[in-house]
Amino acid sequence: MPRVIQRVLPQLLTLAALMALVSVFFPDFLEITYSDGRLVGPVIDILKRGAPVALLAIGMTLVIATRGIDLSVGATMAICGACSAWAISAGYGLAGALGFAMLAGLAAGLWNGALVAVFGIQPIVATLILMTAGRGVAQLITEGRILTFNHEGLAFFGSGDILGVPMPTLIWVLLGVLVALLVRRTALGLLIEAIGINRRASTLAGINSRVLLIAVYMASGFCAAWAGIVATADIRGADANNSGLWLELDAILAVVIGGNSLLGGRFSIAASLLGAMIIQTIDTGILLAGFPSEFNLVIKAALVLVILVLQSPNLAPRFARIARRRRGTPAAGKLTTREAGE
Amino acid sequence: MIKTLLATAAAVSFGAAAASAQTVGFSQIGSESGWRAAETTLTRQQAEERGIDLKFSDAQQRQENQISAMRSFIAQGVDAILLAPVVATGWDSVLEEAQEAEIPVVLLDRQVDSSEDLYLTAVGSDLVHEGEVAGQWLVDNVGDEECRVVELQGTTGSSPAIKRKQGFENAIEGSDNIEIVRSQTGDFTRTGGKEVMESFLQAEDGGGNICALFAHNDDMAIGAIQAMKEAGVNPGEDVKVVSIDGVPDIFRAMADGDANATVELTPNMAGPAFDALNAYWEDGTTPPKFIQTESRLYTQEDDPEAEYEARKDLGY
Amino acid sequence: MLLTIRSLTKTFPGTRALDSVDFDLRAGEVHALLGENGAGKSTLIKCLTGAYQRDEGELTLDGAPISPQSTLEAQELGIGTVYQEVNLLPNLTVAENLTFGRQPTRFGMVDGRAMRRQAEEMLSGYGVDVDVRRDLGTYSVAIQQIVAIARAVTLSGKVLILDEPTASLDSREVAMLFDVVRSLREQGLGIIFISHFLDQVFEISDRVTVLRNGCRVATDDIAGLERLRLIEHMLGHELEDETREGRHAHVPSDPSERTLHFEGVGRRGLIEPFDLSVGRGEVIGLAGLLGSGRTESAEVLFGIKPTQTGTARDENGEIALRNPREAVAAGFGFAPEDRKTDGIVADLSVRENIALALQARRGWARPISRAEQNRLADHYIDRLDIRTSDAEKAVGDLSGGNQQKVVLARWLAMNPRFFILDEPTRGIDVGAHAEILRLIEEVTADGMSILVISSELDELVAVADRVIVVRDRRHVAQLTGAEVETDTIVRAIAAPDADSDEEAA
Repeated sequence: MPRVIQRVLPQLLTLAALMALVSVFFPDFLEITYSDGRLVGPVIDILKRGAPVALLAIGMTLVIATRGIDLSVGATMAICGACSAWAISAGYGLAGALGFAMLAGLAAGLWNGALVAVFGIQPIVATLILMTAGRGVAQLITEGRILTFNHEGLAFFGSGDILGVPMPTLIWVLLGVLVALLVRRTALGLLIEAIGINRRASTLAGINSRVLLIAVYMASGFCAAWAGIVATADIRGADANNSGLWLELDAILAVVIGGNSLLGGRFSIAASLLGAMIIQTIDTGILLAGFPSEFNLVIKAALVLVILVLQSPNLAPRFARIARRRRGTPAAGKLTTREAGE
Repeated sequence: MIKTLLATAAAVSFGAAAASAQTVGFSQIGSESGWRAAETTLTRQQAEERGIDLKFSDAQQRQENQISAMRSFIAQGVDAILLAPVVATGWDSVLEEAQEAEIPVVLLDRQVDSSEDLYLTAVGSDLVHEGEVAGQWLVDNVGDEECRVVELQGTTGSSPAIKRKQGFENAIEGSDNIEIVRSQTGDFTRTGGKEVMESFLQAEDGGGNICALFAHNDDMAIGAIQAMKEAGVNPGEDVKVVSIDGVPDIFRAMADGDANATVELTPNMAGPAFDALNAYWEDGTTPPKFIQTESRLYTQEDDPEAEYEARKDLGY
Repeated sequence: MLLTIRSLTKTFPGTRALDSVDFDLRAGEVHALLGENGAGKSTLIKCLTGAYQRDEGELTLDGAPISPQSTLEAQELGIGTVYQEVNLLPNLTVAENLTFGRQPTRFGMVDGRAMRRQAEEMLSGYGVDVDVRRDLGTYSVAIQQIVAIARAVTLSGKVLILDEPTASLDSREVAMLFDVVRSLREQGLGIIFISHFLDQVFEISDRVTVLRNGCRVATDDIAGLERLRLIEHMLGHELEDETREGRHAHVPSDPSERTLHFEGVGRRGLIEPFDLSVGRGEVIGLAGLLGSGRTESAEVLFGIKPTQTGTARDENGEIALRNPREAVAAGFGFAPEDRKTDGIVADLSVRENIALALQARRGWARPISRAEQNRLADHYIDRLDIRTSDAEKAVGDLSGGNQQKVVLARWLAMNPRFFILDEPTRGIDVGAHAEILRLIEEVTADGMSILVISSELDELVAVADRVIVVRDRRHVAQLTGAEVETDTIVRAIAAPDADSDEEAA
């Protein structure tokens, strides 16, 4: 079994179990039809609706791997969405809208990264600043109202589709694959993990941890920019008050459900993306099942609790044992003989 | 910080009216939504039309800011105070101070838990009534046909969500052909409205089984309209859309034929308030303790384009 | 005898922190406990105060066997401890700190007046003028120390452990503290005094016990004990014959062949400016007591604490050393003293740890291929005999000696020209110890230059061509050739006016 599959196996199993559970309440859950040149079905909705959290989770995974956290991504989403809506209304065209949004996201990341890496402020405090102030900045751009636009090009990023697949889905899959390739095909992944586990030792080994930290927060801002673009394009308007509200918490949850430690170190972007899909499956599943809305949060909390307990360090070894049994244990024998010699 | 700037700018701008005019202090909650911004704009307009000198204070969602603003108004000896209270409790002592200084206080939009004796009157809409107007429109327009309604609720547990739902249900109670088949919260946001509507469409045969949508606010309705369009459903015709608030964008949607009706929650709370104050100043007429603003129904027949133009610059 | 410790043994995974240690404390004496970092002082104290549970051995207090399970229990038995960082609450008043946890109450409420009276009683006899109603934090560290002592004495009253109490005090404050200690001694308390300031040890102590590598080396009366002897005990003089046999030739290198020159490098408060020239294949030892400026010299040379003065250059010109990255780029390597916090990246595998520095130097865009990493890892696992089940095992799971070898492998993989080793053999077992010394010989034969910092003098004598002696944050002497002997080193460390060639910068 390839290592990647093995790493995300708990998340895949969780997702499969959740889908089975939702199917009990909503039998047509797995049905996908092709109509009007686009794929339609609850699963497609999940892949599309989960885009903002999935995008945020990509950047959040990297930040958390450095033993940081980025609470500002929701507010950054609002800023970037506002920038894109403003730019399109001001006639800068599609390229301008995307460009301004991405620049705003990178700037937000640079701000966070500088506070963390240069001034040494704890990440949770450093990013809290932008989390609180960011929405104000976004409101300043939209002048306090929902800044609507009518530009099919930009709206395409929210509601368009290519070969039947919704654009938001394509965006998060593409960005996820790109970032995963970037960190795994280069040495970035190793260096990020190293500073997350032991920043001091890594710095002594010659790693430029300051620049690397700033880059990671900028990556998070960049991902938040795309989440903001998708959210804004989706409703054809920038809602500074509500865009991305509390999504930073869902993004952190996605990373945690993806089995990544909040203490930094080893990370898997694929697992975080699956975590985001797990959260969205819960959200959409609740809506489809038709329970009264008073139950939404309770059901979500209960399911998240069950998932986290099953993945907890005290229960997870049971999964691992099953996986090891499949792999066989040639290493184990060698281990005992060599270590006995010490 | 930004709000402080706005508040400072606002504070600088008063004092332009004639010296002999009445002076009224207005403690506003803040500018958390477009509707509230419009309320502020309209209050200023109404004051200007009547030649009233309005002293404006933005509390940035904090009660202590409102209380200190009121104390400052009392110290300045204003002729009346308009208060849009951020919370319901904790107003007794400052209202008593105003009463001792013989300054009438008019509550705007929201109510307080204090004794009715402590304020002159309260101007506001009746949330249940808004729901009833929306429901009544639906009853009048579907006739005897079977009608399966989906409902987009406001934030779970909030008083507009509870009361608007109750009013709507009151209105359709006698009509057995109208039934709410799905009801979920869209958190008063466009994104929420769109996402929940998508799930309604999935669950109700791609929208084929839905006859009408009732949204607790216009923003959710606008999100839902987009969801329907993307799913190939024709909002306004296949699915009737009725919502509450009367924000400019819903008039644009009505002009485009995508929405059918909205019940206006007027941001002009100050007009009735100033009318009541004028009567009180002139001959001491005591108004009733609650002045209900009109919950006017607008449909596609009411020239939505013109309504949009009239509202778009109010700050929504 | 007030307190006796017999055959105290405590092991941690990979190391034996205390090996059958005996220790006695009489009532009415100050007994100093000395030793370098890692000698076992703090482990001994922690076993005594119940913070650690001993593996073997007996403790008796007033003739009765004791076995404290927690610091609270030790306190109740009569053993109180005061640490360097006063562990009281600076934002409470002096009186609250003194009576904390047992405030006098009246009708269920704290009785403020009784509390103040009680606190004043506790402090009477210490000769300090303190208003017990003021916050503790408003007083100097020395006063805070005395308040902490007063609290410990009142709560415990038999044994008082002072762990580096003078580290942040000036000389006047030290005198004040020592007055208090002397009066407590007269009252019959047994006091254990831990300090690395030898002058203070000689001033206040009656007896001294020296620990080295977890063993008790000596217990002596301070009267008549030579300073030199004491340092010998601490740094180890009794060489084993085989080490002496396999020892380096100490050929004095030709100064003109030295290629790497540091001139006047230093940093205020850390290490006074010093000169250092390094020849190809040369091993330079750095000797001195704890806190003398050994590690600080290394930190300045490797750019961890950037230099404020001086320059570094080689045959190609000046070298920038503003941070470790620049030092690495200049071909330097550094295996730090505390390998757990500064050396290994615990959750990464042996393979990744070995490749880390090389990867950092190549930059993120030019990854070392997996095959190359595996080759590197296998090569060094084999060459340094790193005991691990495989290269994918997390480094944190290895024993101390093997972790050290992984850190060495990381740097050897870069083939540095100048490699700084800070206490390379501390806390590792004898086998790995010898292997690391052999490795130093091996790599210098290939031309690598090495700076070894060690508190084990026989180790320095065994490997170093030259030894630089550090005292009071200054490089005070340089020993070459035949002078590289433990007794000459000890004399240079001990005597301010040692007759070795002074090379103070």
